[in-house]
Amino acid sequence: MNDRRIWVEVPLADFMDKFSYAVKEQGFSFLCTITGLDEGEYLSFIYHLAGKDGVVLNIKTKALKDKESIKTVTGYFPSAAIYERELIDLLGAKVEGLPEGIRYPLPDDWPAGQYPLRKDWDASVLEKKNG
Amino acid sequence: MDDKDKDVRIPFGPQHPALKEPTSFSVALRGEKIHSIQVRIGYNHRGIEKGCEQRTFIQDLYLLERICGICSHSHSTCYAQAVEEIANLQVPKRALYIRTIIAELERVHSHLLWLGVAGHEIGFDTLLMYTWRDREAVMDLMAEITGNRVNYGINTLGGVRRDISLEQKEQVLKVIAKLEDQTKYYIQVAQEEVTLIQRLSGVGKLSQADAKRLGAVGPTARASEISADVRKDDPYAAYGELDFKVITDNHCDVYGRTLVRMGELLEAYSMIRQALKNMPDGPLSVRAPRKIPVGEALSRYEAPRGEDVHYVKSNGSDKPERVKVRAPTLANTQSISKMLEDRYLADMPIVVAAIDPCFSCTDRMIEVEEQGVMSWEQLRCYSIDWYKKQGVDFGGKKK
Repeated sequence: MNDRRIWVEVPLADFMDKFSYAVKEQGFSFLCTITGLDEGEYLSFIYHLAGKDGVVLNIKTKALKDKESIKTVTGYFPSAAIYERELIDLLGAKVEGLPEGIRYPLPDDWPAGQYPLRKDWDASVLEKKNG
Repeated sequence: MDDKDKDVRIPFGPQHPALKEPTSFSVALRGEKIHSIQVRIGYNHRGIEKGCEQRTFIQDLYLLERICGICSHSHSTCYAQAVEEIANLQVPKRALYIRTIIAELERVHSHLLWLGVAGHEIGFDTLLMYTWRDREAVMDLMAEITGNRVNYGINTLGGVRRDISLEQKEQVLKVIAKLEDQTKYYIQVAQEEVTLIQRLSGVGKLSQADAKRLGAVGPTARASEISADVRKDDPYAAYGELDFKVITDNHCDVYGRTLVRMGELLEAYSMIRQALKNMPDGPLSVRAPRKIPVGEALSRYEAPRGEDVHYVKSNGSDKPERVKVRAPTLANTQSISKMLEDRYLADMPIVVAAIDPCFSCTDRMIEVEEQGVMSWEQLRCYSIDWYKKQGVDFGGKKK
């Protein structure tokens, strides 16, 4: 185990409070990235926040797939926009409050409703497209 | 007519937007000056993260190494560290030192490459010729030590695959002594050559506050007075035992980014010497299990372009549940718009080049083109059959 890593999981309803506390009160001032995971009924999101002395706080929260949405953290980190767009494109996450912008990383003509990082997705949809 | 109607919109890329990788900028111009800019990346998406879930842990090491041709050791080490943490493997010290030596040699060839590209973008092609000639010596060293000029394949889960012999050690010392002299000369040029100073100073400004706000990493952040370096802040491999400085600069522009990278070259030579001197004897690797126990880990690595982040989750099988990569260029891309705001269009190539972008890292993809020799379907069937013969079945459907 790496003693410079902290792993916590918080319910979706409390997430913004806890996130805000970590950023504003505990000095976790750099968002390394956001990891999205397909865990069956839920989509999970891990926010990797770096603080002082190389400590990384990994805050995880879960949202019901296709039903619940997470709130954007671009208010704290404008750089989070691209990580959140990646979650939308690759996992079909719903992000509330994310400013409009260009999609990332999939092509503009990518078929709607196809989320490549979901566990039940395979590349057959592309094979049809490519003939 | 409102202000927006006065804008002239120019597409910049996706083909060869001042560098040989695809990305697209939509630039709104007012006269000669850039009013706003939109960056579109993703042209290179290869689905490597998805690919990792369908391959074994050890296969992924080689796949992830191929994210990038320049900082391949960065990705493979970052991933190996995460897996080793989950499996609780104690990597032998000698292996950690070898990883560090390769990492710093990689930084040397990457920074020399950047210096050449930067010279080229401002019409200083002599610098390109000089630095790329010097870089070649590092590439030869890499081929000598690892067997490959790029995608070195030195890492394995649990250590490294090759040792550094006494002769190789001598050879490395000889080459870096020469490179150090050359680098000192380039630093002198950067400090005295008026054309270079004037062309780079004040261009691509990024204040410390903006760099923090936009999440810049690596030399881009350090040239904006942010003393952040994973090697120092969150030491890995043998960095905790080496004596080195984090190079920062207060110019906050392309000139500062040039000085930071040059300073880092000198630090890299010093680190390589220390690592070669202090490298203990001992085994090169410990055996990694085929099935990695349930767990997750976040690994950070200071790649030549900045902080590289890998998250790995294992479900107890021989294939990872999830591999997530955040390459430094993705973090730095977001500051490009700020650097170019209200600047001349002519500054764009050097400003874009100054973050040392690597879009293939950022997009993590493999492009498969129909060549006319083999159709998509033929190629697919060929690869499925090839892997089946190696005993690997991805469960792909045959049409």
